[in-house]
Amino acid sequence: MHPITGWGKLTQRQEAIRAQIIEVLGAMIPAGVPVSDKTRIARDLGLDSVAIMDFVMELEERFDILIPLDQIADVETIRDLSKAVEVLVRDAA
Amino acid sequence: MSIFAKFEDIQKTLAGLSQTGQNPLDVRFDEIRSPVEGFVGGRRVLLFGTSNYLGLTFDADCIEAGVQMLRRSGTGTTGSRIANGTYAGHASLEQQLAQFYGKRSAMVFSTGYQANLGLISALAGRDDHLFIDADSHASIYDACRLSSAEIIRFRHNDADDLARRIGRLKDRPGCRIIVTEGIYSMLGDTAPLREIAAVKRETGSYLIVDEAHSMGVLGARGRGLCEAADVEADVDFVVGTFSKSLGAVGGFAVSDLEGFDILRVAARPYMFTASLPPSIVATVSAALTRIQRDGSLGARVRTNGQRLYDGLKKAGFALGPQPNPVVAVKMPDRDTAVTFWKQLLDEGIYLNLALPPATPASMALLRSSVNALHTDEQIDCAIAAISRVGMRLGVINAAPAKQRAERAEKLALPAE
Repeated sequence: MHPITGWGKLTQRQEAIRAQIIEVLGAMIPAGVPVSDKTRIARDLGLDSVAIMDFVMELEERFDILIPLDQIADVETIRDLSKAVEVLVRDAA
Repeated sequence: MSIFAKFEDIQKTLAGLSQTGQNPLDVRFDEIRSPVEGFVGGRRVLLFGTSNYLGLTFDADCIEAGVQMLRRSGTGTTGSRIANGTYAGHASLEQQLAQFYGKRSAMVFSTGYQANLGLISALAGRDDHLFIDADSHASIYDACRLSSAEIIRFRHNDADDLARRIGRLKDRPGCRIIVTEGIYSMLGDTAPLREIAAVKRETGSYLIVDEAHSMGVLGARGRGLCEAADVEADVDFVVGTFSKSLGAVGGFAVSDLEGFDILRVAARPYMFTASLPPSIVATVSAALTRIQRDGSLGARVRTNGQRLYDGLKKAGFALGPQPNPVVAVKMPDRDTAVTFWKQLLDEGIYLNLALPPATPASMALLRSSVNALHTDEQIDCAIAAISRVGMRLGVINAAPAKQRAERAEKLALPAE
């Protein structure tokens, strides 16, 4: 199974990261837009390529990590992103 | 489903742009009469959006050099630099560029876009880390996609942010390569190059500066922001273009680093494309000679940029952060920008419409650029036309900013 996009229950740690991701995202999208595990970041939220890169930059600040642009190619949903950030936080420690 | 269905959103945007009767992406110049004057749809327009900073496109010496070479060497090389596409002119232009910058080596590419693509993608290998300014030109982003390095953006013009992000790598192996630009093409602001050079030194990184919009414009000798900021010794690679200040097409990279020439067989956008036609090489060489002999053009374009910037500021427009030959007027929204742009064209002023995602912070911009040949009267004419349209569309108030400020002061109100 793909480490990022594969299905399977999110760990508690990944869920905590997801909550923070959604909080950061909240400041970048119109109020009231629903965001869930399955939300596709580019296609469902209407963010253009620059807005997505700016969002990634905010996440780098929040988690004190580097998220290389080439590594987010596999990330489609909030769920994928939560798992990817969890790996990066772990590796940065 | 059509193979073009993926472009539906772009199609919608294009349809919106065409509502004024003139799609800005579809402007055709029937005739260009000089670096400052052209004809669009039978109408004479003053050119305020060509990035032709030194106005050398019609320079008599450049044209003569090009015509002579065209007759002598034919229309094209029909080959790559590493096959049959290197003529004496390509090699001597590289020497001339190296000498102009006071560096050991230079490489000439077929476009400025390919110069970034070739240099960055070849330099940044598998274990390396590229740190690029968030507002980088598309050619830098595309170069990153072609490289196999890790790509990290840092906040636009923020050296502290850059240092913090490089710090997060800790002791991971691989070269750190910082990419920044001299003048940023959308807002006309310059990079804080002294601070960035300090980060480069402290972190042991390499530094690439793209001087596409600043070559010939900044620095006493026209060597760009690196010269103006006095950091040339810290900059490992300067990239640039022949399609702005030098009035032709093509690109280059220069460096003092030993071993630089290996890029000739490593940079694919250099190797696998036809080289510049010899006539173009000749016009570029003549233009560079002119810059080397005559510093007045750079001084003139800077003065002209200041005049346009000051005039538009006084009229009450929101502009980019600093005066330079690129002057960006911030528009309240996309529709106003498109209408404004079209009305200006009708008033006989051509400039560039810049829309997201090509712009920073999703701004809609009217992006103008001056050149060394604009007269004070032509610049004043542009300021007057932009102000007229601005008032008509409610982008600025009828009363000039100065009057409003004086009135506010009189009434003891805080400034707007």
